[in-house]
Amino acid sequence: MAAPSATAPPAPTGRRLSVGPSVGLLPFLAYLTIFLLIPTVTVVVGAFQNDAGGFSLEKISTLADDTPMRALRESLILSFSSAVVGAVLGALLAYLVVTSPPTSVLRRVVTSVCGVLAQFGGVTLAFAWIATLGFGGLLTQALADSFGTDPNGISQLYELPGLILVYTYFQVPLMVIVFLPALEGLRPQWREAAVNLGASTRQYWIQVAFPLLRPAFLGSMLLLFANAFAAYATAAALVSQGAPITPLLIRTSLTSEVTLGQANFGYALALEMIVVVAIVMTLYAWLLKRTSRWLP
Amino acid sequence: MTGAVAWRAVRWLLLLAFAAYFVTPLLALLNFSTKDVLTKQRSGAAWRALTQDPTMTEAIRTSLLLALVTVVGMVLLLVPTMIWVRLRVPGATRMIEFLCLLPLTIPALVIVVGLRNVYAWVNYLVGDSPLTLAFVYVVLVLPYSYRAIDASLSALDATTLAEAARSLGASWFTVITRVILPNIWPGVLGGAFIAVALVLGEYTISSLTHYNTLPVVIVLISKADAPESMAAALASLLFAAVLLMGLSFLDRRRRTPGGN
Repeated sequence: MAAPSATAPPAPTGRRLSVGPSVGLLPFLAYLTIFLLIPTVTVVVGAFQNDAGGFSLEKISTLADDTPMRALRESLILSFSSAVVGAVLGALLAYLVVTSPPTSVLRRVVTSVCGVLAQFGGVTLAFAWIATLGFGGLLTQALADSFGTDPNGISQLYELPGLILVYTYFQVPLMVIVFLPALEGLRPQWREAAVNLGASTRQYWIQVAFPLLRPAFLGSMLLLFANAFAAYATAAALVSQGAPITPLLIRTSLTSEVTLGQANFGYALALEMIVVVAIVMTLYAWLLKRTSRWLP
Repeated sequence: MTGAVAWRAVRWLLLLAFAAYFVTPLLALLNFSTKDVLTKQRSGAAWRALTQDPTMTEAIRTSLLLALVTVVGMVLLLVPTMIWVRLRVPGATRMIEFLCLLPLTIPALVIVVGLRNVYAWVNYLVGDSPLTLAFVYVVLVLPYSYRAIDASLSALDATTLAEAARSLGASWFTVITRVILPNIWPGVLGGAFIAVALVLGEYTISSLTHYNTLPVVIVLISKADAPESMAAALASLLFAAVLLMGLSFLDRRRRTPGGN
């Protein structure tokens, strides 16, 4: 460490710009370089290499093939629909919660449960839904009796509709967590001001609250989109074979090295993922900047 | 007034609907894990297996150890760096924050795809063990731990404390470990809780690097013994819930004195 010993005369504290103290950051920077930057750079470089190691656009152009394109489309549909449903339901739940005082039991329970469901791994959530709608599930028989679905488990659970349903299960909680601060920032004084000026509740919502909340809402929705697009565990636990979405196609290319050059194809798919998530997160950062103007 | 009553009724109905939506799958897990597949009778066999099935106990042990090593690594790497940045290189604050939040934008799946070369070296240098996953898990938990620690550190006048300690002859090591660290302890603990919860649930990297952590084994076992994997899933979910609830209590304790 760059820390001077106790016997050294105390350095003039604080703001002097010098190389000395920055040396203390080296371990951290080196660590991140090895375990975050090098893997990312490996992916980006690998995507532009052919099997011999030379520069080539071969892998990138394979992304336009049928299978990867279909996977990307399904991934985008999955991310988009689970983000929209998650955002709407999550915002509604956040509003129901925010109208109760911050110290209420309801608020604490909801935020804690949401924290667990949104952050804890997707494997358990996939299994929870298998236990609900799969073979011998809690609701399988009841649904079969009343809607005539397959009593041996609802097969759509392992396809796109099922993925959307299960993803929504962690998207709604995530929305509550990220949208709650924006709702809390909506000051009661603004409503009072609007009412004083003769606005009805409807007018207040349409002309004051919604426009104020719109950037935060759209931003949160983008975050949900990126979250769903990058998610892997839930889908992997639910769909054990085949690759309907991009993350599972990456799994296929990683685990089946039979075909030569599959590894580099995995790099290209991963690069595709970086690009999509980066675009979405940039938009998110931009919207966040707009929201922070009025948030406390 | 009828409007207010109607709204209250609607509000509770909606809350009930949400509660049903969130609780049903968890009840289904409980139901499935306590039922014998063939006889349909209630049975605690699946839950007993959690402590008796050697594959399962081994996986639980691996995951808990991994969580411990990750927390130690995170604290050793992040805490001194953050304190150092605050005290000596405030100009680097933005950069460190950016780097810490970067893992949120780079999916774990991308990291694992590019990890092969790095892990060839890791396995060469420290051997082939599931515990080597801790190296990359430290990176994964950085954003969450950073936020928890940063909240604590921001509530503290670290510079004044450090100047006072330094003027009394304390070394920088003493300043960090015996002056600043005890003051940000709740934040560090909070960061550690989140890290444990994340590591226990992590599947992407461990499954694709073929290490048998708890979530990987849950998926493996589900094909042979579904109730046991359901029991393990519910148990780990509840464990994470307890950890994160504990975190919210820490949070409240920290806020109460500061709020006045």
